[in-house]
Amino acid sequence: MSRTHLTCTINGDEVEFLTEADTSLLNALRDDVGLTGVKEGCGTGDCGACSIMLDGQLTNSCLVFAPEAQNADITTVEGLAESDVLHPLQQTFLEGAALQCGICTPGFLVAAKALLDNNPSPTETEVRYALAGNLCRCTGYDKIVRSVLDAAAAMNGASS
Amino acid sequence: MNYLAPTSVEEATSLLAEQPGAVVFAGATDVIPQIRAGRPQPDTMVDLKKIDRLVGVAGNDQGWTIGAATPTARLTGNDELTAEFPGLSEAAGLIGSDQIQSRSSLGGNLCNASPAADSVPAMIVNGMRAVIASADGTRTIPVADVVTGPGSTSLADGEFIVEFELDRAPANTADAYLRIIPRTEMDIAIVGAGARITLDEAGNCAAATIALGAVAPTAVRVTDAEAALTGKPINDETLAAVVAAASAACNPIDDKRGTIAYRRQVAGVLAKRAVKAAAERAAATNGSNNGKSSNSPDLSNGAQ
Repeated sequence: MSRTHLTCTINGDEVEFLTEADTSLLNALRDDVGLTGVKEGCGTGDCGACSIMLDGQLTNSCLVFAPEAQNADITTVEGLAESDVLHPLQQTFLEGAALQCGICTPGFLVAAKALLDNNPSPTETEVRYALAGNLCRCTGYDKIVRSVLDAAAAMNGASS
Repeated sequence: MNYLAPTSVEEATSLLAEQPGAVVFAGATDVIPQIRAGRPQPDTMVDLKKIDRLVGVAGNDQGWTIGAATPTARLTGNDELTAEFPGLSEAAGLIGSDQIQSRSSLGGNLCNASPAADSVPAMIVNGMRAVIASADGTRTIPVADVVTGPGSTSLADGEFIVEFELDRAPANTADAYLRIIPRTEMDIAIVGAGARITLDEAGNCAAATIALGAVAPTAVRVTDAEAALTGKPINDETLAAVVAAASAACNPIDDKRGTIAYRRQVAGVLAKRAVKAAAERAAATNGSNNGKSSNSPDLSNGAQ
């Protein structure tokens, strides 16, 4: 079967790759592009571990056929840090020990960044609603929520 | 598998006419999990959301046109639509997480034909119509006539929904949608209840539409409850009739989320609450056809 040729922008770089039409964007990113930060948890859109930004929208990449991403603009967790400088969310997740096994962490970081991009000063309730599509089986969420609030505070402090 | 992404309705209808058995999709939030769960993978999948006409929300003097593949996040994010039809917006916003909201659509939620689809009772109480395209042209039918049973619709092979039509709400009218789920977020309705109420100048019910989800093979209109309210005050007596009619309209199943008896009982309670919420909102419109959602009860937590 002939493979599908795709061109898209991933984390700011134009990327071309070959994949199968029935491959999920999740598997294409991992296996064809080599971006293994995006994780598979459930594969059915329930857990959010595969969260990416697809044309500016927070999306579960397991629920996208790879060819849908033709000419799309994609951001994965690998696109959060700027060279050696971690995104404030990555920094507060580290400082707040907001991860244990780490499988859910890339999805939480991408979803949390989507929240803060839209709402730089969320309440705890808003954080919990915004992250309702991301499941963590280790931390119990409190450290994650606190780390997102800490990152928001740090980003607001830095910009004022 | 072939992936095709037509960019016009005409291109899509001719593709589908040439390829019987091709499956159309919008956000794919249902079809991909179904394939993973064992549904045979179609030879051809047709992505409808690259067609401009299927994505967008537009209002004019007559009403609204909502593209069938429009992400539900764009409905909840449309302040004017949400003010006029808060119940429709609530129902659309209950479909999954933010990650799902960027992909899920009214057309997909309807054509997936789950009895528990949240948007369907809300579309039915607002009298929404589906514009359906095929190689033979278009036809327009009530949303209530699309789903024929769990997983099945009245659409023929080669047909798909292009857009939904929603007439302007009359004065003193508002809608509401409530559901109950086993936890506070991210689950499937045990019961869903939509209601739309028009009040007369005395504050009595001039018109009512009520529909239930997840209690029968398809969403059901509760015409006995509507008749019990129409022309009457909304009080304990008429609301008791709504409860009884809603419970009687159920034909539910036992499953892991709830029993038959539980669904019957909750359907009555939720129908009553939805009527009260819609009536309070209708009263708060002060004669305009723009529901003032800020005066409405906070229903963001469903039926809590």
